[in-house]
Amino acid sequence: MTIEIEQHIDPKLVSILEKVSDPEIPVLSIMDMGVVRSAQMVNDIVKITITPTYSGCPAMDVIGDDIVNAFKQENINAKVFLVLAPAWTTDWITPRGRKALEEYGIAAPLEEDADKEALLGNKKIVKCPQCGSTNTKMISQFGSTACKALFQCDDCLEPFDYFKCLK
Amino acid sequence: MKKENLIQYIYGIADNALILGQRLSELCGHGPSLETDIACTNMALDLLGQTRSYYQYAAQLTGENITEDDIAFLRTERQYKNVLLVEQPNNHFGYVITRQFFYDVFHLLLLQELQNSKDITLSAIAKKAIKEVSYHQRFSSDWIKRLGGGTEVSRQKVQEAVNDLWKFTDELFQLTEEDKSIIESGAGADVSLLKEKYYQIVIEVLEEATLIVPELKWFRKGGKEGVHSEHMGYLLSDLQYMQRTYPNMKW
Repeated sequence: MTIEIEQHIDPKLVSILEKVSDPEIPVLSIMDMGVVRSAQMVNDIVKITITPTYSGCPAMDVIGDDIVNAFKQENINAKVFLVLAPAWTTDWITPRGRKALEEYGIAAPLEEDADKEALLGNKKIVKCPQCGSTNTKMISQFGSTACKALFQCDDCLEPFDYFKCLK
Repeated sequence: MKKENLIQYIYGIADNALILGQRLSELCGHGPSLETDIACTNMALDLLGQTRSYYQYAAQLTGENITEDDIAFLRTERQYKNVLLVEQPNNHFGYVITRQFFYDVFHLLLLQELQNSKDITLSAIAKKAIKEVSYHQRFSSDWIKRLGGGTEVSRQKVQEAVNDLWKFTDELFQLTEEDKSIIESGAGADVSLLKEKYYQIVIEVLEEATLIVPELKWFRKGGKEGVHSEHMGYLLSDLQYMQRTYPNMKW
């Protein structure tokens, strides 16, 4: 389950994979999330490897089942494998994925250094996805899921999730 | 390298994550504030995720028909190889944070070594876990400083926990016979070499928190050999309840 592989996805399978979304963030497809590492048709069976965002991410089992079901609807048998290396990073979220996050009300991850400054409260740089103000503050280092921290906007006063940078 | 030694070595690391994760999940719905409640359960989730990766690998190594669940739920107390520190009860939030901080500092140092393991699976698990554990350490260090520099009561409570849990820190650096054989093979991390760095980091944070560093020279050990404190039995009866009552039950 942990053999190191490079990302290698058969373009013909992308449209099916894009139909599967992260159950915790339904607007984000697993392709935009960057968790699909490979997808290949081998002897009429599609073999797909996915990698977790966090070790304990409870969404992985559901994502695995959803992938198998998505292919079943196209009358294709699919098998899903889990890999740990290389470890997932927020850099793998596509630009389209970042946009979807923002529209959904989750602030997309900043670059590593900026992320640290924001989480340590040194700089006000996380942009509120509701009103666009950067007059925001962290209220909890951990949010509704392991990948997020909880922020609040001091201008529109709305609380929101910030997707933490993971490198 | 004997396979059985590697399995025991994996238990030594994974059981720490499982038992600490179990302690933290006891706080689900019982944290002192919503934010700390969420934080503790999030950290528990990370630790349980890491545990699963280790146990799945150990189960595969046995070559027998056993699963990660068998390893987690069906061993007896003596077969758990976690250190005494992680099984200590939550008592109050000062204890929760101090236990977490004492373990996080060690955990991160361990993983930084383990990522260079010749065993590709252990290396992969470590590389993944490092990212999570560095965030845990940031959280627990911050709280040590907040409690130490907080009110008179918070300071007194966290100092009490530091004094009480200090005696469990030395065990982190002990090596079992299995550890030695795995280190020799290049698959394991030599934790005995991490001691100096560990106390340097811990003392620095305690001093910044204006806490008194205990001068205790007497330390407790036994967990790594399966000889646990009295708290372990209670913890396991809780942890294993469902599988013992309804054998082979599934979600």
